This record gives sequence, structure tokens and C-alpha cells, in this order.
Amino acid sequence: MKREENPIIEFRDFGFQYFSQAEPTLYDINLKIYPGEKILIVGPSGSGKSTIGHCINGLIPNSYRGEITGTLFINGKDTKGSSIFDRSEQVGTVLQDSDGQFVGLTAGEDIAFALENDRVPTDRMREIVEKTAKIVKIDQHLKASPFELSGGQKQRVSFAGVMVDDVDILLFDEPLANLDPATGKTAIALIDDVWKEYHKTVVIIEHRLEDVLYRDVDRVVVVNDGRIVADMSPDELMATDILPGLGIREPLYVTAMKYAGVKVTPEMKAGRIDTLDITDAKEPLLAWYSQDVAPAPANDRPTMLEARNVTFGYTSRRTTLEDISFTVREGEMVSIVGTNGAGKTTLAKLICGFEKIDQGALYYKGEDMADRTIKERSRKIGYVMQNPNQMICKPMIYDEVALGLRYAGVDEDTIREKVEHALKICGLYPFRNWPLSALSFGQKKRVTIASILVMDVELLILDEPTAGQDYRHYTEIMEFLKSLNDRGITIIIITHDMHLMLEYTTRAIVLSGKRKLGDTTPVEVLTDKELTEKADLKVTSLYELALKLGADDPTAFADHFIRYETERGRAV
Amino acid sequence: MKTNLFDYRERDNLIFNLSGLSKLICFICMSVAVMLSYDIRYILFVTVLSLLFFRISELRFGQIRLMLIYVAIFLAINFILTFLFSPLYGTELYGTRHDLLRITSRYVITQEQLLYQVTKTCKYLSMVPLGMLFLLTTNPSEFAASLNRAFVPYKVCCVLSLTLRYFPDIIRDYHSISLAQQSRGLDFSKKEKLFTRVKNMFNVLLPLILSTLDRVTVVSNAMDLRGFGKEKKRTWYVAKPLVGKDIAAIALGIAILAGSIYMTNVVNGSRFWNPFIA
Repeated sequence: MKREENPIIEFRDFGFQYFSQAEPTLYDINLKIYPGEKILIVGPSGSGKSTIGHCINGLIPNSYRGEITGTLFINGKDTKGSSIFDRSEQVGTVLQDSDGQFVGLTAGEDIAFALENDRVPTDRMREIVEKTAKIVKIDQHLKASPFELSGGQKQRVSFAGVMVDDVDILLFDEPLANLDPATGKTAIALIDDVWKEYHKTVVIIEHRLEDVLYRDVDRVVVVNDGRIVADMSPDELMATDILPGLGIREPLYVTAMKYAGVKVTPEMKAGRIDTLDITDAKEPLLAWYSQDVAPAPANDRPTMLEARNVTFGYTSRRTTLEDISFTVREGEMVSIVGTNGAGKTTLAKLICGFEKIDQGALYYKGEDMADRTIKERSRKIGYVMQNPNQMICKPMIYDEVALGLRYAGVDEDTIREKVEHALKICGLYPFRNWPLSALSFGQKKRVTIASILVMDVELLILDEPTAGQDYRHYTEIMEFLKSLNDRGITIIIITHDMHLMLEYTTRAIVLSGKRKLGDTTPVEVLTDKELTEKADLKVTSLYELALKLGADDPTAFADHFIRYETERGRAV
Repeated sequence: MKTNLFDYRERDNLIFNLSGLSKLICFICMSVAVMLSYDIRYILFVTVLSLLFFRISELRFGQIRLMLIYVAIFLAINFILTFLFSPLYGTELYGTRHDLLRITSRYVITQEQLLYQVTKTCKYLSMVPLGMLFLLTTNPSEFAASLNRAFVPYKVCCVLSLTLRYFPDIIRDYHSISLAQQSRGLDFSKKEKLFTRVKNMFNVLLPLILSTLDRVTVVSNAMDLRGFGKEKKRTWYVAKPLVGKDIAAIALGIAILAGSIYMTNVVNGSRFWNPFIA
């Protein structure tokens, strides 16, 4: 490391308090980032990691007002009094929401946006855009509108859009949040390639540690409660017990080693599975693997939902789903996974009756649902959208949960009884008289679930229930869903979180390119190289660990991990 | 799902390849020329010209049919009302009276009234192909750029292009929110009373507004981070440089406007062409 150089970013005794908050968000931040380094900032939600990002790119104090203490130097200069425009020439930010960042009507225009603001002449601008688009491999789509691009492609456009400025520092705010696993992997690889080839300083803010560590990272900065609690290489970090205590998920292969009682040391290079030296861990891991754990209970209850050769297209010319058949039994918790745009959400819409099936049929408890209206289906099947803000339409929690019953004309006494019951199940009873605006994202999610549960549904379909949540909130939401499942509610979860599917669902339906590619246990899906590749999923690192170990059956190894974890209870 | 506000499809012909700026100038000049004059000969001349341009542009009639129907209904109503309220306005304007058909003592169809009303209708009618021609042959992105070059402040132009960008997103949000509400038992169908239906609409609008406000914050941050508003002027990626045919088009537009002014001031001596005092 080139420590003799001057840092490109330096926080010195830095603190920040939003005017809207009673407590400071950041305290005593001392952090030096050197030119050409690649830094990963991790931390649970609300730890202040995004605030650090806002300070680096100048959104603080430009858009978010508050009180700054201490100093932030960029390129050796005190940033006090510098405008967001000065900063935008040094720092390029790729935001989490690639749709929000896509301000142009086409990819080319969006990439050119910064140049337009800089008054670069049109001819010169076209050249730069073309060149930059090639770097991030989006040059084939310059004329495409955002609706024609996938999430990963939109992110590339955003990436190119900040590269045109020839900035020294690239800042990525949760780059993996909206991508399917394979696309996320490609995104991390692309960031890595650009970092290596163009010698940029790269700062990545993300809580999906394992996915970022798939490529080299110089240092990991761990933030908690507004303070930096660790600043070390990934290999060193894996050898500590800092992460589990903070509710950040360690890579699964590290967790497996710790379950097996292996003492992880920096010398084992556990920062990446590729570099991991397994020699000393082999024996304890194999011993652990041979322990007995309870097998998964079999579900032989009657079929609740059955799809028979379902085909559907939004337009008559192009189909979105082709010949999909599957069954869901009562009391199951099933995940639907697959490539972005493979029709996962469309399938949910068909089940709820938002769209009409072209061919084939859906059966609910043996009855054809073809002529059931949305309203009729909604008495049995509840649908929870990804973004709770899109579902909430009353200012008060009680009213929001009561809304469906009021639509149905139920009398107020019954409503009170049912709403209070649903709020109790969801752990929201103490908040019943609160306004929704006072709740966190996870709590809002619970409100939306409560507002569906109150209708006495039997089947709950959730679209990405944990998107953008850190491990603690993820566990909270998922344990809650599991408790609902234990109460007998059948649950279907649409997700591209491989951990969720592996740890909480008993079966995964894999969709890709309009068709169903697989329908088996999550462990088998995630240890099947061919299937994961086709469906843009990612093989679990447990599988790779098993290969390194030379375990007889990698699938069984991964399965053992899940069973073991279920038995001992998931630590948060 | 409809994803574009305008039905813009790129084609390769003279009209499409003109710069948005020259098309805008032509559109303004020709519209002003038509608005200024009450000379039906000149109006018909411009109308024929604009139909010719429409032909060159290879646009399909289907693309403007709906618009044309709306305008036709409006004009028909306007035509009847004008006659009902001031049946002899034409005779006042032209200073003569040639009766054609006597309905009652108040309602007499005169040649003057007929000429006046037909001229007025033609004026509006000729605007339709002109306006649609401009809208449908200009790339929506270039639209903002051309407005800016016609001296509209660039921030206004950007708001316009952002509207085009995010309008489909908001429509999509509206759809999903409305479906989610329907699945909770909200009824939009005609079975409900109108008042209840309107009230139900609000349950969709509130989340829509809240999620749109969220989006506005993200978008404005994203724009700030890329230096939007840094300079007093900005350039445009999609701007087409003015070439020979653009200059020719602008010249034609100005000539048509000049022609209209010439007719008014020199040939007719007023905005009206008066064939009755010859």
C-alpha cells in the first residue's frame, strides 16, 4: 500500500448532525482513503454509512442540511465552503436507485448529462459518450429508452454517466440492492475492472459483504452507531467477531467454519473464498459435517394452489410466461426466483387476478379461478407489494389496517377486534394510534402485511419483502413471516435474495426466459451450476467451500449447514 | 403497457431529419401566418403546403386521427354557436349583405357570414397537421434542446424533458397502486356510486403522491451530483446542427409569414379578404 502518499479523502475528527434529528449521526470519524484504494464501507441500516457517502459526494451539506464538526479534506483541500459542483468534478456517485438516476430519455442522453451541464460541444460530447459507453459495455444500447433496459444495464448507464467527468473518486451507494445475483456479480466485476485499469479510487457502500468481497477490496470500514468500529483488510476482518455482533452477515463459508469451531486467522485469507486456505480448517469442518441434524419435515398436506400450463403475454405478440405448471401445498413457504424480468411478478399478478391468463388454468383448492374477480380472490389470497409506500394510503396505522374491512362494510366492533388481533400478531399493537410516518421501513412493511392479514387470507404472496434491508431487519421480517407460516398461512415469496431462499423457504420455483427451469429444494438449486447459470442465480459459497474440502456431496454439505442453523436458531 | 407519451417512431426522410429548432421556427411562423390572416386563399395555400409536408413525412393518418376528431367536434360546435349568437357578424365585417337563405327574421344565411365562418374553420383546421407534424416528427429528447435554442430557459426545457421521462413511470406506479388497492377490496367498477368512486380514487392518489415525492428527491439529488445548474447555459447531446436544408426550411417559414403580412398590409389592406366590394 502506498502510505507515503497524501490521502485523497480524509475525515479528521468529523461529526455530523442532521437538523431534523435530535442526535448526531456521525461522531469522531477519522478515516484516510489513499489514491487508488478500493474501500468497502459496511454497517447496519441507520449506522451512518450512507451519511458518510453523502459527505463524500457533497449532498451534505448541499441537499441535506445539518451541523458539521471537524474537517473533511478531499485532494488535500478543506471542503468547507466548496459547492456540490466543485465536488462533482472529483467524485462520481452511482446511486442505489438506477431509475431515479436515469434522467435522460435515452441511454446516450443520460450518459451525456454531466457533459451537457459542462457546456461541452455536441460533437465532442458524442465522442466521449461513445468511448465511455464502451468501457462499461453499454455502447450497443445508446439509443435505448430506460424501459428497454434491464436493471443491470441501467446501472451501467449510471456508471458511464459519472465516468464521463473523468473523476478520481467513484462512489457506489448500495450497487447490489436491485440486481439479481448474477447481475450483481457482473457489476462487482465491472467496478473491479475499471478500478484496476483506470486507477480510480473506489468507495463502495453496501451491506451485502460476501457479494462485494467476490473481488479484491483493500480495506473494509465497519460503521456502527455513527462511529467507525473497524478499519482493516477483509482477511483480518474475517478473523474477528465484529460483524456478527453488529447484525451484518458474514460470508456463509466463514459462518460454516465458525460453526465447526475453526479459529479463523488472518493468515487463512478468508476475505475471499478463492484465496481461502482451508488446510487447518479441513478436519474440524468434515467432523462437523458428519454430525447428525434433524431432517426437514415432509409436507404431505393437500394442494392449495395449482398452476397448469399457464401461458400469458401482455401483448398478443409476445408472451411473458410460457407453459408454467407447479403446485403449492397448504402450509408451505415457497420462493419464486430467477432472472430480473423473467415474469416472477407477472406470475403473482396472474394469481391475484390482476391480469388474465391466455392459456392454461389456475386452481385454488381444486377450483378453477378463471372467473373469479380480483375482489373475490382477495378474500383468500393477499398480495404485499415490494414498496410499502405504494400500499399505504391512510395517515394512521389503525385506519390503514382497517381499510380493507371498511371497504367490505364490516361493522366497527368486528373491525376493532380483527385489527387489534392482526396488530398483535405483527407486533404493532403498541403503535396502533401512531401515524405511519413515524415508522421505519421494516415497520411499514409489517403494517402492510397486517392490513392484508386482517382480511383472513390463507395465502400470502410477497414481492421482495426484504429488499434493501440489512441483516438484522431481514432476520426480523423473515422470522415474522416464519411465525405466520407456523400459524398455518401459506406463503409465496418472490425474491432474488439467495440467502432468504436458502434459509427460509422449503422449495424454490426457478423461472427464466418465460419458462420454469426448476422446482426443487433451494439447496439443490444453489448447488446446481447449470441451473444457477441459466437463471442468473449464484452458486452458494457453501458449495464452493464443500468443493475445497473435497466433501463427498456438496449439496448435502450445504443442506447440513441450513439444518444445523435451523436447529440452533439463527443468531442476530 | 404504454411506455411513451408521444407516439414517436424514427424515420429517415426530409422532415424527420430537419433539426428540431428549424421545425419549431417553421411551425411558429406558419401558425402565426395563418392566425394573422382572414384571407381564405392564403389559408388554403398554407393548408395545402402543410398537407404536402405531412405527405413527405410519411406519417400515417391513423396517428393524427384521434386529434383530428377532437378538433372537428370542437370546430363543429364552434361553427354552430357562432351562427346562433351572431348570425350577421359577417355582414358587419365585410360591409355588404348577400342573402342566401332566410330561416327566420333573425337567422339569415348570408354569403358574408358563410365566408367568415368557413375561413375561421379553415384557420383552425390547418393548425392540426402543422402541430402534429412538429410533435410527431421531433424526437422527444430533441424537443427540449430545440426549445432551449429558441430562447426558452434551459431549466424549463429540462423540466419538460423530465416530464416526458418520468410520466410513464408514474403511470406505471398508478397502475400497481390501484391494483393493490383493488385487491384489498376497493371498487372502481361502475357498480359503486360516483361519489364513492371519486372517494376511492383518493386512496390511490395519496400513495402515488408520496411515492412521487420520494422520487423527486432522488432525481434532484442525482441531477445535482452531475452538475445540473452549474452554468448559465448548457449544451445538448441530441441537438442537431443546422445544415443547408434547415436554413432553407427556416427561410420558407419566414417567407410564408412575410407573405401573410404582405397580403394583410398591401394586397387586402386589412386582415380580411373582401371579395364583395370588388
